[in-house]
Amino acid sequence: MRNIWIICRKELHSYFVSPVAYLLLTMFALIFGFFYWNSVGYFNQVGLESQMRGQAFPMSVNEYVIRPLLSNVSVIGLFFIPMITMRLFAEEKRMGTIELLATSPVRDLEVIIGKWLAAVILYATMMLFTAINFAFLFRYGNPDWKPLAIGYLGLLLQAGGLLAIGTFISTLTRNQIIAGAATFGVCLMLWVLEWVAGYETATWAKVLAYMSVITHFDSFSKGVLDTKDAIFYASVIFLGLFLTSRSMESLRWRS
Amino acid sequence: MITVKGLTKRYARTLAVDHISFEVQKGQIVGFLGPNGAGKTTTMRILTCFLPPTDGASNVAGFDVLEQPLEVKKRIGYLPETPPLYPEMEVREYLTFVGRLKGMSGSSLAARVGEVSERCAIADVSSKLLGKLSKGYRQRVGLAQAIIHNPPVLILDEPTAGLDPKQINETRELIRSLAGDHTIILSTHILPEVEQTCQQVIIINKGKLVATDSVHNLQNRARGAESVVIEVEGRDSALDAKTVQHRLETVSGVSRVVFKETLNNRSSFEVESLQDRSIRGDLARAVVESGWNLNELRPTAMSLEEIFLQLTGAEQAGAAAPPPVEAVAQGRES
Ligand SMILES: Nc1ncnc2c1ncn2[C@@H]1O[C@H](COP(=O)(O)OP(=O)(O)O)[C@@H](O)[C@H]1O
Ligand SMILES: [Mg+2]
Repeated sequence: MRNIWIICRKELHSYFVSPVAYLLLTMFALIFGFFYWNSVGYFNQVGLESQMRGQAFPMSVNEYVIRPLLSNVSVIGLFFIPMITMRLFAEEKRMGTIELLATSPVRDLEVIIGKWLAAVILYATMMLFTAINFAFLFRYGNPDWKPLAIGYLGLLLQAGGLLAIGTFISTLTRNQIIAGAATFGVCLMLWVLEWVAGYETATWAKVLAYMSVITHFDSFSKGVLDTKDAIFYASVIFLGLFLTSRSMESLRWRS
Repeated sequence: MITVKGLTKRYARTLAVDHISFEVQKGQIVGFLGPNGAGKTTTMRILTCFLPPTDGASNVAGFDVLEQPLEVKKRIGYLPETPPLYPEMEVREYLTFVGRLKGMSGSSLAARVGEVSERCAIADVSSKLLGKLSKGYRQRVGLAQAIIHNPPVLILDEPTAGLDPKQINETRELIRSLAGDHTIILSTHILPEVEQTCQQVIIINKGKLVATDSVHNLQNRARGAESVVIEVEGRDSALDAKTVQHRLETVSGVSRVVFKETLNNRSSFEVESLQDRSIRGDLARAVVESGWNLNELRPTAMSLEEIFLQLTGAEQAGAAAPPPVEAVAQGRES
């Protein structure tokens, strides 16, 4: 436990002393801000029109602002994941610092979880920026907070899985650009898998669609905590970290 | 302190380490000597539990590297070939991080960081970024991280590689000062380093153990007979080199006297003894009794370089006797 935290702190330190973390946070805040004001503007306009037509105001903030926004965030997140994980192991291998970690009295798994946890914390910090925007909704509107919280839980779970996969891919090379590109490819694949379900209803298509990380986010964005989907994400996290530990071990047997 | 038995490491195609066995006693500095590609780094990586061996057993500080790697790791300090530094960290931050990794914490860690910084002469850069340090400082920070937790065993892979002569001397000095409390294995492909720093030497070549002995014994063994340089000065009259040479040749145990030069009424000679004969005392007496001054009398230690070439067989290529064709090819290659 102590060792996990030591590694995690070191990773957070290197995220935040380099421009990486600030770059990611700024880019994410800008992109999210754009989506946010778009949808809030749209919401206001539609609301205003329906009022002018003398109708009651039938739309809920949750359904028309928060839900699509959360879905957007989950997709935007896919593009940021590779940038968070690409250096985790690739850089240690390139600099030879992996020799320090591997010859210190810490277990591989502690190193892996520490690094993954740092990535999750950085991602969560990015999410915090979106939460500031949502805070305005609470100030001026009257949304329900529970679905929002569940939405965030879903975002974190989904990111946790993809970050674990990214961590694994980062152990495969000493070049972080390659690690980043490969992770991006995998994230994209896991996203578009969902599309096959649009035109194909055979079992194989269903299986592929099931593997898409995005489909499992639907329930969360609706504010529903579906155990099946939570278990799916937990399995992805587990699989990613497991592959990472296997890879670290085989790294030793091979090299 | 370190026991290695039949250690073997095979990479996909190369046999990097081939049935090596040796032992290192507590408190010793041992030089691990061999040309590039001999398998030094590989052996050290196995001893530090970074790589698993293909075969064989190694025991470090009482623990088997395969059975109890965590216990071994607690008791070793390791300086890899390239110091494992994070460029974005400051020196003090880095040493604190490594100390924590090794299980230290709190004020004792802070004190220890100050202590090793002083000892390794890096206190003046303690708030500099590692990425901005010069080669000499990087190497010393590497050493500092290896000793931070005061481990009983130190494994140093080419600790002086790439340093300038002054830094090399400082580093050797530092390593020597660490002996006693620590058992040290240091690898090098530079021979004088072993002569100057180590008590014991392990020579490997192409993955095979060539020799393991104390530096002193090894020099003697390779030399067999004693060889000394002697300088004689005429006291009152002019010195006749021929006379001196004849006198020296008659000393018992002397096999050969080679005249070197005469300068300002001083002549110097190289004298070799018969096998296993000690001649220095007799030489000195002979010179003084003949009424000359004895200016200098020193053994010419065979350098490890010669020993090394002799043992690894690379010398055959240049030897006087016509070598077999195969040996010539090998000599060129290595
Ligand atoms: N990771 C590796 N994969 C394959 N071969 C390697 C690897 N590391 C070293 N070797 C080979 O093993 C031999 C010994 O290398 P090494 O232990 O680094 O020697 P030294 O440190 O004495 O220069 C060399 O022939 C080298 O090419
Ligand atoms: Mg080497």
